Amino acid sequence: MSVNCCGTGEKQATPCCGSAPAYVSGYIETPAGKVQQVSGVWSRQESIGQIRCRISGSFRMHYTVDPGLYGIGNPTKESPVFVSANYKMSFDILRRELNGIYGWILVLDTRGINVWCAAGKGTFGTEEIINRIRSVGLEQYVGHRRIILPQLGAPGVQSHTIKNETGFSVKFGPVYAHDIKQYLNNGYKADKQMRTVRFSLMDRMVLTPMEITALLKYTLIYALAVFALFGLTPQGILFKNALSEGTLFVIMGLLALFFGAYFTLVFLPFIPFRSFALKGFIVGVAYCALVSVTLDNPLLHNRYIQIAMFTLFPVITSYLALNFTGCTTFTNMSGVVKEMKIAIPLYVIALAVSIIALVIYKLVSWGIV
Amino acid sequence: MGDSMKYLKNVVTLKQFPEKCTGCGICIDVCPRGVYEMKNKKASITDKDLCIECGACKKNCEYGAIEVAEGVGCAAAIAIGMLTGSEPNCGCCD
Repeated sequence: MSVNCCGTGEKQATPCCGSAPAYVSGYIETPAGKVQQVSGVWSRQESIGQIRCRISGSFRMHYTVDPGLYGIGNPTKESPVFVSANYKMSFDILRRELNGIYGWILVLDTRGINVWCAAGKGTFGTEEIINRIRSVGLEQYVGHRRIILPQLGAPGVQSHTIKNETGFSVKFGPVYAHDIKQYLNNGYKADKQMRTVRFSLMDRMVLTPMEITALLKYTLIYALAVFALFGLTPQGILFKNALSEGTLFVIMGLLALFFGAYFTLVFLPFIPFRSFALKGFIVGVAYCALVSVTLDNPLLHNRYIQIAMFTLFPVITSYLALNFTGCTTFTNMSGVVKEMKIAIPLYVIALAVSIIALVIYKLVSWGIV
Repeated sequence: MGDSMKYLKNVVTLKQFPEKCTGCGICIDVCPRGVYEMKNKKASITDKDLCIECGACKKNCEYGAIEVAEGVGCAAAIAIGMLTGSEPNCGCCD
């Protein structure tokens, strides 16, 4: 049912409580009540918001719109109904691609999560759609009984159940919102291209900032540990030693972050083998080899440092690459489980070797061994 | 390029039961990886290794013609699950 707007006492389909958000461009009067009308054009706020979503986890966690019914253009009882998540970026992309057409947008409460992740969790799901259709009273706004869902919502949605419970039949629209207009022109038909998800270079690149920022806090701990190790003498930790000897490993650690979290993902299709852990490992070994031949640092000639280097950093890049399996559009859980069962024991062994090598290095440098 | 990227071979749990398939085509509509195509009026698997185990096909098949084990594919969540004996979320998509 529609709610009373606390400001004016008029009935409308989305609660507002005070002044309407910037993306609301007006109201649509219907016999069932007022519906907030949204613009199909982005302001600077949306563009900035999109960038911030790619950089800041805390920003995107709270970047939402209220669930409920909205309209774009001047929709009538014949206008199509599009279903969206309440992550503002999902909502913004949808309305931008609908610009110029008349339609209804039914926003689900997906707890601010995008369509695909929410579908995986079940929040972009059968129950929420049924409840939302009932709570806004969708049947009062449209004469037809069809709702269009983004295709990537399908893992959470059982379409025949929605039809049975609400009378609304589910049409799965294309994967990408930018294909919606073509989909409508084709008479609600999507071709194979429109039904396929991609993982282009751009798709990969926009994921990297979030991955790297999530890891930055560990780099400080790592740096302190490395400086402490290299500065350690039987007399205590000497800053001079820490800096002169430790800097190499600290910088290599930071570069390993770059190579594992950025380079491997960007060049993913060009690195051999299908296993992510192996791809990351190869990149790590190549990077260590590159440093070994180009940098003229006496530490690099030390046998134990070499062993530590070639076991520690490729493991870091391998693990970072393996972690990316969760954000691609082509990996599967069975494969990730198989990778982890092989990779994790190997990581443990390699790290043990690395630590032993560093310990021996220290003992030799103190003249004990 | 993105749509033809493939992961490990022969690991997915996807199973199709053609005798139950009525050829309604919903699996072809919902699959984001082109795993299915229509052949002789029934759905047929093009390449099993394309499957991401999202479960959309299984969920939308009214006839029970598809089985697949879906679940969280994030490496961190799986690691936590292996250590604690459950499958909690990694926390990044809550």
